[in-house]
Amino acid sequence: MNTAVELSELVRAKEISARAVVEESIAAIEERDGELHAFLHVDAEGARARADELDRLLAKGEELGPLAGVPIALKDNMCTRGVPTTCASRILEGWLPPYNATVVDRLLDAGAIVVGKTNLDEFAMGSSTENSAWGPTRNPHDTSRVPGGSSGGSSAAVASGMVPVALGSDTGGSIRQPAALCGVVGVKPTYGAVSRYGLIAFASSLDQIGPLTTTVADAALVLEVIGGHDPADSTSLGDPAFELASQLDGDVSDLRIGIVTDLTDGVDQDVESRLREAADALAAGGAKVDEISIPTARLGLSAYYLIAPAEASSNLARYDGTRYGLRVEGADVDEMFVATRSAGFGAEVKRRIMLGTYALSAGYYDAYYGQAQRARTLMIREFAAAYEQFDVLLCPTAPTTAFELGAKTADPLAMYMSDVCTIPSDLTGDPAMSVPFGSGADGLPVGVQVLAPARGEPMMFRVAAALEAAAPGAVRP
Amino acid sequence: MSWEIVMGLEVHAELNTKTKLFCGCPNMFGDEPNTNVCPVCLGLPGSLPVLNRHAVELAMRIGVALGCDVRPSIFHRKNYFYPDMPKDYQVSQYDEPINVGGSLQVGDGVVGIERAHMEEDTGKTTHVGGTGRIHGADHALVDYNRAGVPLVEIVSAPDIRSPEQAKAYVEELRAVLVATGASDGRMEEGSLRVDANVSVRRPGEEFGTRCEIKNLNSLRSLVRATTYEAKRQIALVEEGGMVTQQTRHWDEAKGETTTARSKEEAEDYRYFPEPDLVPVVPDDKWLVAIRAAMPPLPAERRAELRAAVPEAPDSAIATVVRQGLDTVVREAMAAGADGRLAINRAANEVAADPDGAIRLSPAAFARVVLMESSGELTSTQAKAVIAEILQSGSDPDSIVRDRGYEAVGADKLEAVVAEILAAHPDEASRLGEDPKLMGFFVGKVMDATNRQANGKDVTALLRKHAAAQLFPSPG
Amino acid sequence: MRHVARLARLSLTDEEVHLFTGQLGAVLEHAQDVEALDTAGVPPTAHPLGLSNVLRDDEPTASLDREEVLRAAPRAEAGRFRVPPIVGDPA
Ligand SMILES: [Mg+2]
Ligand SMILES: [Zn+2]
Repeated sequence: MNTAVELSELVRAKEISARAVVEESIAAIEERDGELHAFLHVDAEGARARADELDRLLAKGEELGPLAGVPIALKDNMCTRGVPTTCASRILEGWLPPYNATVVDRLLDAGAIVVGKTNLDEFAMGSSTENSAWGPTRNPHDTSRVPGGSSGGSSAAVASGMVPVALGSDTGGSIRQPAALCGVVGVKPTYGAVSRYGLIAFASSLDQIGPLTTTVADAALVLEVIGGHDPADSTSLGDPAFELASQLDGDVSDLRIGIVTDLTDGVDQDVESRLREAADALAAGGAKVDEISIPTARLGLSAYYLIAPAEASSNLARYDGTRYGLRVEGADVDEMFVATRSAGFGAEVKRRIMLGTYALSAGYYDAYYGQAQRARTLMIREFAAAYEQFDVLLCPTAPTTAFELGAKTADPLAMYMSDVCTIPSDLTGDPAMSVPFGSGADGLPVGVQVLAPARGEPMMFRVAAALEAAAPGAVRP
Repeated sequence: MSWEIVMGLEVHAELNTKTKLFCGCPNMFGDEPNTNVCPVCLGLPGSLPVLNRHAVELAMRIGVALGCDVRPSIFHRKNYFYPDMPKDYQVSQYDEPINVGGSLQVGDGVVGIERAHMEEDTGKTTHVGGTGRIHGADHALVDYNRAGVPLVEIVSAPDIRSPEQAKAYVEELRAVLVATGASDGRMEEGSLRVDANVSVRRPGEEFGTRCEIKNLNSLRSLVRATTYEAKRQIALVEEGGMVTQQTRHWDEAKGETTTARSKEEAEDYRYFPEPDLVPVVPDDKWLVAIRAAMPPLPAERRAELRAAVPEAPDSAIATVVRQGLDTVVREAMAAGADGRLAINRAANEVAADPDGAIRLSPAAFARVVLMESSGELTSTQAKAVIAEILQSGSDPDSIVRDRGYEAVGADKLEAVVAEILAAHPDEASRLGEDPKLMGFFVGKVMDATNRQANGKDVTALLRKHAAAQLFPSPG
Repeated sequence: MRHVARLARLSLTDEEVHLFTGQLGAVLEHAQDVEALDTAGVPPTAHPLGLSNVLRDDEPTASLDREEVLRAAPRAEAGRFRVPPIVGDPA
């Protein structure tokens, strides 16, 4: 399938109809999704109707936006009016949101076509998309392996060519880690750069929406469309959307790039080798590459697994059977709450609600949640100091390539470890993105992660474009 | 040995905004259930709150009015499960509230204010089946129109020493809230709700263990419930028992407080900073603007009225200001009406019908008081005209005309009196010598005027006639 | 574990209690690095970016259609959400 940039140009030039683009996407889904299970809901009829409408507008001579006719998949934790939105949870089965997330409205305004909702770890809690109430998604490169998570459905949908663009959400690495494991580009913007309105909350102070695409240019285009201030989100930055298209010429000369040793040591040898090769390529392009140690980065995992579950325990309280979604009846309202929640949530969600409830409970708040938020301050300070020396930082996206289904399901801590490289940017609120860069000995894709200071997306995309240009031949599933 | 009652009150006041605290749904009492709801106030997945600037400014006004330190503040989540709370947490201010410290002058004393913080209201639950009360109900129905309505919770220090003082405190606080425009203060609509913490001690001793009585919805309930609760605690301690800290409910019908059904475990609200909202930081410029826009407070307004009408009774002035009637009184005075009369009519006739008072325009009030001052209306007539305005909102002149009151103006009365004297020449000739005949003539005149004549005026005219008999003018 | 489950309105099977106890224990043990951190004088970060005074005007916006709202409800009656009887008081 063509890239979003290409498709939109072709559609606007009327060289191809939006309907034909959508048909190609739907055909690809029909062909491959039985095996991959990237989608929870495919809105083929809605997508066709929308494509026809766009074609009609074009025929009338109307100008369409920069995503004209581009089929897009949305992680199923983004609200779509009248279209099922489940968070891969039984507790939201059958719920039809009465409103669109801000990003959805912005995509539609730009001419995009939503073809469906993708699989995820229930409420975005996981790193493998195995914690879905409707079964796991498989990695298009090797269907015995996970696509990563929690945006595994979105990354698999893009990697397999079912759609050129998907949106994911990143709380501890949930866009970047599956992007790396599936060999696509994944961006976690600066906290507040993209509206969270309509994104079903996991951990409010960490959640960000971002694109998964096959190219850096597509990611830039989508971020330009969905970014920028939204008055419906109090944590939205006041800034307009980033201007990124002009940053993609691959020129990195004189940029100062630091390899974060604390997030690179101890990863798989193949992964480390690709990172070193990526750094060499940037140096060859004229960048000044050096190493830097950011010791608090290693604390990210612990801080994250206190903060995120704590916020989640509160965010997920509302699923009580009263207003929407699942209800399991009880003799009194309290029994109904307990029965509904116990039946509606899966094991990982319950585990995190338990952890978060404990971390906030009387007598433990200071030691756990409070202390984790103070650790976060220290991390922010150390990263800020690092950005005085470097324009961007580099480290692996994930410590390994895609692992086998079931390999880590029995050991939550081992699963959590797969987010060790991505978590720091969520805690600091800084942007980060994963760019495919070659493969491991197993032939599976490897991602390199570019980290930038808050609002540093333009610089980050500049480096990402250079990495993309230097990457060994793309790995095709 | 005597007992001392120690009380602190928590007053929840709904703020007078057009929209809710975190969304644009109307803040409206009495609409059809679940019509003023949106993704935010229903707590739908994915929705996010955005703070209402006007609600913040009203909270700041309350802080300024109560002499609080108005500070940078944040919101927390108070986590507990209850069906009237759409998110199963309440967004409320916790350890960094917007208003801290302060006090309120109540009569001769001062009640300390510990804090006045912002929070969202809950929805409304109706218990169905059984007795319609919480126990034994078959099921419950929830309306979220009120969910997310902005509240300020004003927490007093434990400075209140009697149920009467508690009532006076709430009355004065209510007047302040109304004066600042922060709340309409209508207890009967639930826009002002009071929780009372009550304990008893021997004077000079440490505070006793307190009980909290929840949701007192009228001043009468406040006085009755706290009186009952203090007596209960005193009796308990005098019998050698101990007060246990608990939440109690006031049963208006039975006239007693009962222990709230206790939970299996102590609550643990797991407060933490609301990550969907950012801090509110009132800077000097903002505070200066708030102060500049503050309308005069009740204490100041009472002093002004007292200065304008030194002979008016304290209680009448207090009532007039409490009910926000001082503007109409002042307009009546400006139009030439007698100040004391205006205050009395406002404090008695108008204040008695606060709902009707919104139909009374200052001009209409001024007109009635002026007519009474000038003798065009008797006091009975003036009261009747006011009552009708409060009922119907009609214009005073047309009421007077319709009722035929204006027929008994001064000229007409003189003619009627002369007519009656002429009709009873015998009695008229003896009026000067026999004071008992005065009653006879007053009765006749009143009958002739359908009892609309001003008694004082009638007597005065008759006296003039009598005096003329006793002291005939020379010549 | 049972107390925490109660606060979270979850009922856990004995098996889940046993499983979670071990798993959460491991996570909390790992978190000792954060617990051990010297954070004296360090303020907590509730938000990565220091925004303040994000406010909206007091202007009404459209509410949802009640029929649509109640259609999502597991049970509704008389324009309201219906729940089983409520035992105990709001906190
Ligand atoms: Mg409160
Ligand atoms: Zn609302």
